[in-house]
Amino acid sequence: MNIFVLLPILIPLITTIGVLLARQRPRLRRNLSLGGAGLLLIIAVELLVLVWRDGIQVIQVGEWAAPFGITLVADLFSAMMVLLAALMGLGVIIYSQATAEQRAEHFGYSALLHFILMGVNGAFLTGDMFNLYVWFELLLIASFVLLVLGGRRDQLEGTFKYVAINLFGSILFLVAVGILYGVAGTLNMADLADQLNSLPSGLVTTLAMLFLVAFGIKAGAFPLFFWLPASYHTAPAALLALFAGLMTKVGVYALVRVFTLFFTQDTGYTHTLILIIAGFTMVTGVLGAVAQTEFRKLLSFHIISQIGYLLMGLGLFTTAALGGAVYFMVHVILAKSALFLVGGIIYKLRGTYNLKQLGGLSILYPGLALLFLIPALSLAGIPPLSGFWAKFALVQAGLAAEQYVIVAVSLGVSLLTLFSMTKIWAEVFWKDQPGKETPVQAISFIPHQAGVSMLLPVGVLAAILVVIGLLAEPLVNLSLLVAGQLLNPADYIETVLGGVL
Amino acid sequence: MHSMILSTATRYLLPLLLMFSIFLLLRGHNEPGGGFTGGLVAAAALVLYGLALGLRSARQLLGIDPRMLIYVGLLTAVVSGLLGLLSGQVFMTGLWSTQTLPVIGKLGTPLLFDVGVYLVVIGVTLTIIFALMENETDSKTGSLKEE
Amino acid sequence: MEIVLALVIGGLFAGGVYMLLRRNLVKLLVGLILLGHGANLLIFLMGRLIPGRPPLVPVDATHPVGLFADPLPQALVLTAIVIGFGLQAFALVLARRLYQSAHTDDLDQLRTTET
Repeated sequence: MNIFVLLPILIPLITTIGVLLARQRPRLRRNLSLGGAGLLLIIAVELLVLVWRDGIQVIQVGEWAAPFGITLVADLFSAMMVLLAALMGLGVIIYSQATAEQRAEHFGYSALLHFILMGVNGAFLTGDMFNLYVWFELLLIASFVLLVLGGRRDQLEGTFKYVAINLFGSILFLVAVGILYGVAGTLNMADLADQLNSLPSGLVTTLAMLFLVAFGIKAGAFPLFFWLPASYHTAPAALLALFAGLMTKVGVYALVRVFTLFFTQDTGYTHTLILIIAGFTMVTGVLGAVAQTEFRKLLSFHIISQIGYLLMGLGLFTTAALGGAVYFMVHVILAKSALFLVGGIIYKLRGTYNLKQLGGLSILYPGLALLFLIPALSLAGIPPLSGFWAKFALVQAGLAAEQYVIVAVSLGVSLLTLFSMTKIWAEVFWKDQPGKETPVQAISFIPHQAGVSMLLPVGVLAAILVVIGLLAEPLVNLSLLVAGQLLNPADYIETVLGGVL
Repeated sequence: MHSMILSTATRYLLPLLLMFSIFLLLRGHNEPGGGFTGGLVAAAALVLYGLALGLRSARQLLGIDPRMLIYVGLLTAVVSGLLGLLSGQVFMTGLWSTQTLPVIGKLGTPLLFDVGVYLVVIGVTLTIIFALMENETDSKTGSLKEE
Repeated sequence: MEIVLALVIGGLFAGGVYMLLRRNLVKLLVGLILLGHGANLLIFLMGRLIPGRPPLVPVDATHPVGLFADPLPQALVLTAIVIGFGLQAFALVLARRLYQSAHTDDLDQLRTTET
C-alpha cells in the first residue's frame, strides 16, 4: 500500500471542501486554494519519482482485494498524467487570481477547479472501468458548472450542447461497461486483460468499438468533435486553458489505456481504424482552424487537430510511436494551455478576442510577443522546440511502420498549423491596430497591467517548453519507458492482481 | 398555492418524515435503506413543507444554507475514510466499535460515511429544488449551482 | 423474464433515440433520460437475473449458500442512477435558464455558438 497513489485524489477533495467552507473569507480561501494546488504538484512529482524508481504502485481501497475492490494504480503513464494535471492546475489557479470575477467566486469557482483536478486524477489513477466512469462524471459535472458560470446567453447555449453530447457519451460508456461486465464478469482493468483473451475476438471487437465511440466523444475525435468548437470558446481563457489542456486528454488517456491493456486482440482492425480516425481528426481540425478569425475558436479547432497526432501514436501501436504520442501529450498540454493563457492576457489588454480588431502588440510589448511565439512555434513543430521532436518521433515511427499515408497527412497538417499560427501572429502582433497610429517604441517589455499572477504561469510554461525542446533526451527516454510499459502490460497485471489469481 | 389541508397536514407529516429518514439512515448498513434514501426522504419532507407554507418558511426551518450541508457532509465522508488511514490501515477501511449500542447497533466508520452521504443528498437536492422554486416565485436570476 | 426485460430496454432505447432527434429542448432531455434508464436496466440484465435469491449471508454462515444474485451490477446501477439523477437535474435547470434567456426551445434556432 502506498499513500502517494491516493493523495492526488484526496488532496484536491480536501482542498475543495476547505475552499467551500472558507467561502466568506477571501484571503483564507485564496491561500487554501494555492496551498492545495502547490501541495498537489509536490505530491505528483514524488509519485512520478516513486513509480520511476520502484515500479508500478497499487492501492486496494478499504483492503478489498482486486479484482473485487476498488483499485488505484499508478504506472508511469498515470503518474506522468497526474504530474501534468497538477502543473496545469497550479498554473490555472494562479492565473485565475487575476481574472476570476467576484461573482464566479461566489458560485465556488476555485472549489470547482480543485474538484475537476480530483476527477482528472481519479480517472488517471483508477484501475477499474466502472470507477473510470464515475470519475468521468465527476469531472464532467464540475466542468458543466464552470462553463456556465456567468450565465450569458452564449454560455448557456454552449454549455447545453456540451452537456447534451456528454450525457449521451456517458450513456454509451455506461452501456459499454454493462455489456463488458456481462461478457467478461469483471471490470478490473488488469483482470479484464486476462479474461478478454478467452473470449471470441468478434465480441471483443464490438465492445472495443463501443468504447471507441464513447471515449471518442470525450476526446473530441473525428467525427464526434463538433461539440467542442461549439461550446469551448464561450468560456474565459483561464478555464479554457484547463479544459483544452486536460479534459480532452482524459478521453485520450482512456483510449490509450483500454487499447493497450485489453482491446488488443484484433489490432489489425481496431488500430487501423484508430489510425484512419487520427488522420481525419488532424485534417478537419486544422481546416476548421484556418477558417476562424477569433482567437479562442481558432485554438479550439487546433485542440482537435492535436488530438489526431495523439491518436496516430496509438494507432501505429509500436513502442516508438506510443513514445512519440506520450511526448506529444506533454508538449501539447503545455503549449496549448500557454496559448490560451496568452489569449487571456491579450483580452485583458484589449478587451476582445477578435483577430481583426487586434494588432500592434509586437511593438508595444515584445515580451508578450515572445511568450506567444514560443508555444505557437512549438505547436507548429519548428526545431528545436518540443513540438518538433514530438512530431519527428511520430513521423519516424510512421515511416518505420510503413504507414506512409498518415505520415504525409501529419506533415501536411503541420504546415497548415504553422500557417494558422502565422495568421495569429500577423493579425495580433504584427499588423497595426486598426484605426490607431503606429506606435514608435515599446511601452514596456511585458504588459505590467496583466500582473505577476497572469504572466508567471505563461512564463513558466514557455520556459518548460523551451527546456524540453532543447534538452529533449531525458523526456524522450521517459516517454519510451512509458510506451514500453504500456505495450507490455504483464507487469501491470501482475502488480494489480498480485497473488490473487 | 395555499391549501389549509395541506399546510395543516404538513405540520404533522414533517416530524414523521424526518424521523423516518433517520430510521432509514440507521438501518442502512444491514437492511434496505441508507444515507441516500434517507437523505432523499428528508429532502422531500422539507420540499413538501416549502410547497405548503412557502419557500421562505422552509428556509427558516432549515436555518442554514443548504449548500452548507453539502460541504459538511462531504467533510464527514472524507473524515470517515481518513479514520481508517490514521489507524494505520488503508484508506476507507471500515473500523467498528466493539460495543453494541441500543437502537443504533454497532458504531463504525461506514455509518459515519452514510451520515455524510445523508447530508450531501439533502444539501444537493434542496439546493436544486429551492433554486427552481425561487425561479417560480420571482423571476429574479436564481442561482445555478450544483455539487 | 430476460426476454421481457430485453424488450423493455429496446423500447427505452428506441424511444430515447426518437426523442433525441426532435427539435425541442425538453424532448431532447427526455430522450437522454430514457436512454439513461435503458442503460441502467441493461447493466442490471447483464448481471444475469436470479430472482428471489438475494446475496445475503445466513445468520449462522460466513458466506451465502447456493445460487445467489450477483450484487455488483445492483451496486453499479445504484451508482449510475445517483449520478444520472445529478446530471439530469442539472441539465433540466440549465435548459430552463437557456429557455428564459433565449426565449425559444427550438434547437434549430439555438445556433449562435456554431461556427
